Amino acid sequence: MVNMVFIQRELRLLARQKADWLNPILFFIIVLSLFPLGVGPEPNMLRIIAPGIVWIAALLSVLLASERLFKDDYRNGVIEQLVAGRQSLLAFVLAKTLANWLSTGLPLILLSPVVALLLGLQQPALAAMALTLLLGTPLLSLLSVLGSALTMAADKGGILLALLILPLYIPLLIFASSAIEAASIGLGYQGQLAILLAMLLLALALVPMAVTSALRINVS
Amino acid sequence: MNITQPPATDTAAPGLLLLRGEGLSCIRQDRVLFSQLSLQLHSGQLLQILGKNGAGKSSLLRILAGLASPDDGQVFYQAKPLAQSLPAYCGNLCYIGHQSGVHEQLTALENLRFWRAASGLNNADDWALLAQLGLAGLEDVPCRMLSAGQQRRVSLARLWLTPAKIWILDEPFTALDQSAIVLLQQQMLDHLNQGGAIILTSHQNLTLQFQSLVQLELAYRW
Repeated sequence: MVNMVFIQRELRLLARQKADWLNPILFFIIVLSLFPLGVGPEPNMLRIIAPGIVWIAALLSVLLASERLFKDDYRNGVIEQLVAGRQSLLAFVLAKTLANWLSTGLPLILLSPVVALLLGLQQPALAAMALTLLLGTPLLSLLSVLGSALTMAADKGGILLALLILPLYIPLLIFASSAIEAASIGLGYQGQLAILLAMLLLALALVPMAVTSALRINVS
Repeated sequence: MNITQPPATDTAAPGLLLLRGEGLSCIRQDRVLFSQLSLQLHSGQLLQILGKNGAGKSSLLRILAGLASPDDGQVFYQAKPLAQSLPAYCGNLCYIGHQSGVHEQLTALENLRFWRAASGLNNADDWALLAQLGLAGLEDVPCRMLSAGQQRRVSLARLWLTPAKIWILDEPFTALDQSAIVLLQQQMLDHLNQGGAIILTSHQNLTLQFQSLVQLELAYRW
């Protein structure tokens, strides 16, 4: 089911089209560095709004990366070939999702210490942020792959994609930012993490099948 | 819908019936492209679908490839409706549509490797194949740097690799030069001799002699 050739192909494409994954990461950093300038460098204020803005920036940057996920393969007929051949569509979807997470989700996790520095987050909150990103970004990738598959045939699918996918991000946003908030005032946040994990597992089980159906519908 | 058959086919014994369409209809934007169309494809047979632009050739091929469903009628693969035999059918089908299926950012070799992985085929000598197709020296150039004809050659290279019995080719000769057209027809001839079957659309006349050629003309309808 997991096909190394497919994963290699996706990573090679990312290496050749750097703007596809560098832009979202830069966007994430720029948004987060503008907040202290905009709302003022008062540490208490930043600490209060930090959980929310970290996650809003993460959502939007993943959304930014997702629009073009299937566009090229759709335009040049690769998706049509895979649908006609049928047997490797799921492996292709899994490879796309993994490559999407490696290029947009993983960098956000690696950047979390920098983000903590920008927003003045202390230790327990930093750990909570890294953990929520670890559980939340794969879910973001899965949902954005789904949105991208649904809108790949639309010429200007960007805003449609946002309308489709952002509502699905909302539960994630609520629980992830509440985990960071709980950690920053010294409370336990295992409950929120458990819910994030449950959402991730549910998405992992259902989304790839939905994506293959969406791809099939779009070429027929 | 008139089916013209050259006299040569009468002498050739029909092979195994692979694919059968019965009462197929297709409607696009309130226009009936074809209706009550029936056709048969036997092994060893080349079915050429003719017709003006917009007559519904590509739509027919997509229906036969299982990519679209007909508005009426049914396609049978080895006497079973397509809905029941789809996994077996897809494994035995090589469909090349008018989009090439070649990613411009990848090289010819990478495209072939991806395609082989997608169809579950083992490693083959891609270098020799690409050289045979006149792409020697261009194996590791991103396909966006290749000409349209060269990209088409990369896309058609899978016909030399696939074990599939049924080929469905939508305008395979587009953008190819004379030598490539002859090369492709030679490969098609070999495939037919080995008991394969081909459905293709083309505005060009086939230059080699195909004993088992059957032509199906789709009339353009308003």
